[in-house]
Amino acid sequence: MMATVPMEHGLILAALIFALGFVGVLVRRNIVFMLMSIEIMLNAVGIAFVVAGARWAQPDGQIMFIFILTMAAAEVSVGLALVIQLYHNLKTLDADAANSMKG
Amino acid sequence: MNFLFYISALVAVISTVLVITRTNAVHALLYLIVSLLAVALIFFALGAPFVAALEVIIYAGAIMVLFIFVIMMLNLGGQAAKQEAQLFTPGIWIGPSILIMVLAAELIYLFAMGRERLSAGAEVSPKEIGIALFGPYVIGVELASMLLLAGLVGAYHLGRPHRHSKIEGSDA
Repeated sequence: MMATVPMEHGLILAALIFALGFVGVLVRRNIVFMLMSIEIMLNAVGIAFVVAGARWAQPDGQIMFIFILTMAAAEVSVGLALVIQLYHNLKTLDADAANSMKG
Repeated sequence: MNFLFYISALVAVISTVLVITRTNAVHALLYLIVSLLAVALIFFALGAPFVAALEVIIYAGAIMVLFIFVIMMLNLGGQAAKQEAQLFTPGIWIGPSILIMVLAAELIYLFAMGRERLSAGAEVSPKEIGIALFGPYVIGVELASMLLLAGLVGAYHLGRPHRHSKIEGSDA
């Protein structure tokens, strides 16, 4: 029987990638990069679910990943439509440019 | 087989760092695709081949294509043409190529090892996932379909032509 990867290492990896995505959302002001960072964070959560599912050899973790995948697809389609709207209205991709709401 | 997990994890972290530090959106996308493929190999090493395939097809395939469409559609002024010329200089694609070669070497190693040693832990087969997905989790599938419909309607609504055309147009 081969040695398996310890669950802690998988969770550390997930936490690391999640933190990188979070830093990306906080640091970058280009809205396309912020969307990419959100994708990275969702992916990190998916890693955590699959690692946990592999730890107990149950399909539940992978099913949660499939739901995250579905959610990410819906989120990114709406998000990119918003990016296009922002660019058409403000002629920039700077998220800070949309800080004033005018009815 | 543990080292496959660790090498893929290293590639995933390096490429993710490079994603959030690039200034050019297309370069960042290249690294993001490498990161997603590395995560797919991690899933493979963890004994989740079905989810690894989904990661490649949906994340690295469909969602990244959406990103590329939007970045190409926005076509950010004069710098876009300059970018196109830059894409043929080796400095741009050498980084993602090296990282992807590491992943390709792992994949070739996996196939050379043979089917019975593909995963480190106990493997969860697609059949078990399907049985659980349409058994206890069927309400989740229904909710996912409603979410996707809402996403479709929302994206269509937001992506409509600009509001100024409402005056003479007939669309309410």
